[in-house]
Amino acid sequence: MLHFVFKRIAMAVPTLLIMAVTVFVLIRLIPGDPAALMLGDLATPASLADLRERLGLDQSLPVQFGIWFGNVLRGDFGISITSSQPVLPLVLDRFWISARVVLIAVLLASLFAVPAGMIAAWRQNSGTDLFLVGTATLLYSIPTFWLGLLLLLLFGLELNWLPVVGYVSFSEDPRAALLYIVMPVMTLFLHEMGVLIRMSRASTLEVLRLDYITHARAKGLSETAVLWRHAFKNAFGPTWTLIGLVLGNLLGGIAVVETVFTIPGLGRLLVDAIFARDYPVIQGCLLFVAFVYVAVNLVVDLLYPVFDPRVTAE
Amino acid sequence: MTDTILPGALLDVENLSLAVTATGTKVVRGVSFTVAPGEIVGIVGESGSGKTLAARSIMALQPPAIRRTAGTIRFEGRDLAGLSAKALRDLRGGRIGMVFQEPMTSLNPSMTIGRQLEEGLAVHQRQQSAEGRRAQVLDMLRRVGIADPDGALGAYPHQFSGGMRQRIMLASVMLLQPALLIADEPTTALDAVVQRDVLELMVGLTRAHGTAVLMISHDLSMVARYTDRIIVMRKGEIVEQGRSDELLRAPRHPYTRALLSAMPRRQPARPIPPVATPIIEVRDLVVEYGGRRGLFRKEAGKRALHGLSLSIMPREVVALVGGSGSGKTTLGRAIAGLLPPSAGTIRYAGRPIGAGGAEWADYRRNCQMVFQDPYSSLDPRMTIGALVGEALRTVPDMGRGEKAERVVEVLSEVGLGKPFADRYPHELSGGQRQRVAIARAVVRRPAFVIADEPVSALDVTVRAQVLELFADLQARHGFSCLFISHDLGVVEQVADRVVVMQDGRIVEQGDRDTVFDHPAHPYTRRLLSAIPALEPAGEGGVRLKWRFDDAVPVAVPS
Repeated sequence: MLHFVFKRIAMAVPTLLIMAVTVFVLIRLIPGDPAALMLGDLATPASLADLRERLGLDQSLPVQFGIWFGNVLRGDFGISITSSQPVLPLVLDRFWISARVVLIAVLLASLFAVPAGMIAAWRQNSGTDLFLVGTATLLYSIPTFWLGLLLLLLFGLELNWLPVVGYVSFSEDPRAALLYIVMPVMTLFLHEMGVLIRMSRASTLEVLRLDYITHARAKGLSETAVLWRHAFKNAFGPTWTLIGLVLGNLLGGIAVVETVFTIPGLGRLLVDAIFARDYPVIQGCLLFVAFVYVAVNLVVDLLYPVFDPRVTAE
Repeated sequence: MTDTILPGALLDVENLSLAVTATGTKVVRGVSFTVAPGEIVGIVGESGSGKTLAARSIMALQPPAIRRTAGTIRFEGRDLAGLSAKALRDLRGGRIGMVFQEPMTSLNPSMTIGRQLEEGLAVHQRQQSAEGRRAQVLDMLRRVGIADPDGALGAYPHQFSGGMRQRIMLASVMLLQPALLIADEPTTALDAVVQRDVLELMVGLTRAHGTAVLMISHDLSMVARYTDRIIVMRKGEIVEQGRSDELLRAPRHPYTRALLSAMPRRQPARPIPPVATPIIEVRDLVVEYGGRRGLFRKEAGKRALHGLSLSIMPREVVALVGGSGSGKTTLGRAIAGLLPPSAGTIRYAGRPIGAGGAEWADYRRNCQMVFQDPYSSLDPRMTIGALVGEALRTVPDMGRGEKAERVVEVLSEVGLGKPFADRYPHELSGGQRQRVAIARAVVRRPAFVIADEPVSALDVTVRAQVLELFADLQARHGFSCLFISHDLGVVEQVADRVVVMQDGRIVEQGDRDTVFDHPAHPYTRRLLSAIPALEPAGEGGVRLKWRFDDAVPVAVPS
């Protein structure tokens, strides 16, 4: 078990390394000079050269990479060019804002979608099944930004129930924070629920066909016991893996939703940093996103044996 | 046909019809039979006969797409159609138990054995305490021969072998002491020796409890051995039923006769002319799996074959028999050159088969394979003509027309003919597909064919036809054959010589009559004594024959 964890973490190291190099090189291939952007119209060749030297941009690429990566290994992700804040605390702050929305949305989506998918499979080809599958397909076909805008129109502008844009942190005013977070969470929740219902239904259908389900019925168990005691654990595996992938994806940035609802999350930070050519922030963000993805999937894999004892962490 | 309802019948099925709800196609038509208390009744039939559906519908456990359209099912005097969901659940498990075919999928993989066994008790014997249930479960596990019942409680199904799982399954059902046990091909997926142990256990347990058994099987000899009465089904109808001994001795319906005459029988021994060089000669063959050479260490693999030697003469059919895990398929694959040997040599016509080079190419042309599953061994996107003709692509000096002619010729040899060349595998039945697989193997006139369980997936009557075809082709073209099979009846019919394998070693080999009549090794004796044979007894009937008397002490090899 411990051996497996170490192996998986060790396997993630090359991934992160390749990620670091790629990110570093790619941003520098994009035209645009952070020094020129910062100075704007005031730029003179002399001030430009001066600023470039201060930022270390006059060094060759390999040297720049070496300095940056060496610092990263020591936990120093550098300082933002635009805001002069240290990158790591900045990334972490923004990450928690996004993560809160994502975690609540995915948790709720799983809680609704898994039973819904199981019921649809249990009542395959019935009206209930048709309704659930139809709803699921509709939900995940709508792009999140459009869904977000529709919710804004309805709950924000027409009904006036919820604040339209903005963000309040929980430490300032928990009640207001909750109100502001409702619509972004709902947007993601509805979208991901569609995806998860499909998966849960498909894997439950597979399981319901197997003999041990008939055996459970032949023992005289009620349908509830058959579904929850025998089908659930076995059907949940594939959905669990998908939840891991969804979570990894969303935690890496929900820039679109953040933009619609003007939430200062990780996605927005990254987009703004790209526009400003804020190299340290872009690098820090992307490396952090890759790390989160690897970590989430490691946790998902480690928990898999809980649902299927045949899979051991070896 | 006997339609008399025995007084006090436990189960009384009358005029039962089942149909596919969506299309209305009838799958079971007007089936009537009874089961008396404590009686063992067998339902025999080939795939599509409706035997499983009929049996499952007794507990209303047929697939949701199948509906009962007519008939009544009475159990202990009650009409099951009128039962509430609750009463039906009380009946399921409590009064009628069911054992399934596939031990790999009939136990829940994510639930401990203990919980799976206790949950039935919890439903049907609510007054009992948890400790009482536990004691009952432990006692039953002991009775079905689980060595460490306490340990088994916390274990998961995948930690047990197929035979052990089937015992656990039996324990889970018999724990509730049902009045009727429905056993759907309970041992089909198991090895001969294990099969017999499990069946003996099942019969012993049900006798002890006075439980009646409805045993569904495609295996006539097995049913003949254990049942009081036999029901023969075909295409959704009962064609004949009666007392087992009478039905076997004097079958009345032509289909029953066809089934009985399709049972494999020993053919007279053929003389195999001795030649100096065998066509295949295997010396001290070792095959290891999973060994790997790491950067710092070398891991030894699992040894699947422990230095085997074996030779096959021209025109000879050598059968390879043994239980699952004995290494027979591994040996076949190694000889076919599909697995690299870790040590030892394989010679074809006196020359090492090598790897690469002209000798290798020559061997690959002359050695062909037929696989067990005709559904997965044919590429579904290729026509039959293309599948069979593919082997001819590398033949030099053979024109396009000539190749097409040869394909048609071989297809008619296997009884399919030209029109089949343009069809796709999914348009063919299992038997026809296996004929295609055989055509594909013999189209280049190979000197040697490896057949890995070629008829195991086929129904009894189809199996007889395919075996006949195979023997015919073999006699005509004179290829040698390594015939891998777990079915001793089939082996007895086709083999000139028999090689018995156990745990990656050859424990006995000799000509067929010697091995079958005077087996030397205890394992061979155990294998042979596990399988009842049916021998012809005039008037198209058969008689049950044990190859060995149970009284003959057979040492269990360690």
